[in-house]
Amino acid sequence: MNPNLKRLRRSMMFLNVQKPGLIKDPYIYKPDSIMLDLEDAVAENQKDAARYSLYHALQEIDYRGVERVVRINGLDTPHWQEDIRCCVAGGCDSIRIAKTERAADVHLVEEYVAAAEQEFGRPEGSVLLMAALESTRGVLNALEICESSSRLFGVALSGGDYTKDLQTRITGTGVELAGARQHMVIAARAAGVQCFDTVFTNLDDMEGFVREVEMIKLMGFDGKSLVNPRQIEPTHKVFTPTEKDIIFAEKVVREIDEKKAMGIGVFTVDGKMIDIAFYDGAKRTIDLAKASGVYEGDL
Amino acid sequence: MEVKGTAMAGTLESSDAQVTVEPGTNGIELSVESSVLNQYGRKIRQTVLDTLARLEVANAKVTVVDKGALDCTLKARVEGAVFRSNGITENLPWGGAIK
Repeated sequence: MNPNLKRLRRSMMFLNVQKPGLIKDPYIYKPDSIMLDLEDAVAENQKDAARYSLYHALQEIDYRGVERVVRINGLDTPHWQEDIRCCVAGGCDSIRIAKTERAADVHLVEEYVAAAEQEFGRPEGSVLLMAALESTRGVLNALEICESSSRLFGVALSGGDYTKDLQTRITGTGVELAGARQHMVIAARAAGVQCFDTVFTNLDDMEGFVREVEMIKLMGFDGKSLVNPRQIEPTHKVFTPTEKDIIFAEKVVREIDEKKAMGIGVFTVDGKMIDIAFYDGAKRTIDLAKASGVYEGDL
Repeated sequence: MEVKGTAMAGTLESSDAQVTVEPGTNGIELSVESSVLNQYGRKIRQTVLDTLARLEVANAKVTVVDKGALDCTLKARVEGAVFRSNGITENLPWGGAIK
């Protein structure tokens, strides 16, 4: 299994490959992933030029451990096949498939990625995939998409296109996205892949942004697509367990291990009733704290 | 590769370079304009010439207007202009002539 399938992806920041000034040093903002965009951000008559920039950036810029995801053009365009050859040859970590509507879309991309891995001498399975769900059909087919490939690490909601398809608009309240978010995160969890929320584009409303990140974390999402470096730190803050969370999770893990050996199934920790059902959640908190670099314990 | 027509790639934005190629008959005729010409002019010229050599371009008029581009951007813009002059957008030699 590719060890990057489950890596930490709290923040996935979009960058326009057409702009050399944007792609030369985004690692200074420390996002977990960057999404180098060949799709919507690049003008139709600059698709070719963007690929040369992408190839050399992937080859020559040291992104210092930040995951390099490439958003390729949609399968309904003449660009996506060369996009795949370019980014696989360049050495990208992952590919984001735009406008995914069914498992067959993932299978088609997977076929071309495998061919490119062979052509450019990369190990088979080294390039991972994620699928953007941008339509009502894509969202309804979330489970088959989530289960479509061993390369697929997650799915992301693309709210702008989705709300157009739903014949509504982004309101800022989240009401128009509630059904899609809930459905996608349930499908992702059922399939064992990650789930990422859509972008928040009003950069003047940081309070609204933080509220949205807090909400999607509570819903079960793993991270959020971002459009500006200013959104990275607040996102990480929300997704990083607090000291209180970590101490409680440590107690739960230790007590469950200890009580299990003594044949006790239910007990209390800090006045809360705890049983084995809390174990996985507490372990996840510890794992997230470790991955976020804030855990110094021995669990 | 032959430069078959006039083609341009890149912009005049900061960190970018605008490269124009035109057909030529007298080797590589390279003109470079840059705000950092005194410090990096030689390096810019070398990167452009090396990229043209990898693409096997022997004759062309090449104009570079540099706005502080990294090496990787310069290479990308030269390749973009040369392949555009040939109308080639698919089955590109990634890792071969493009390196």
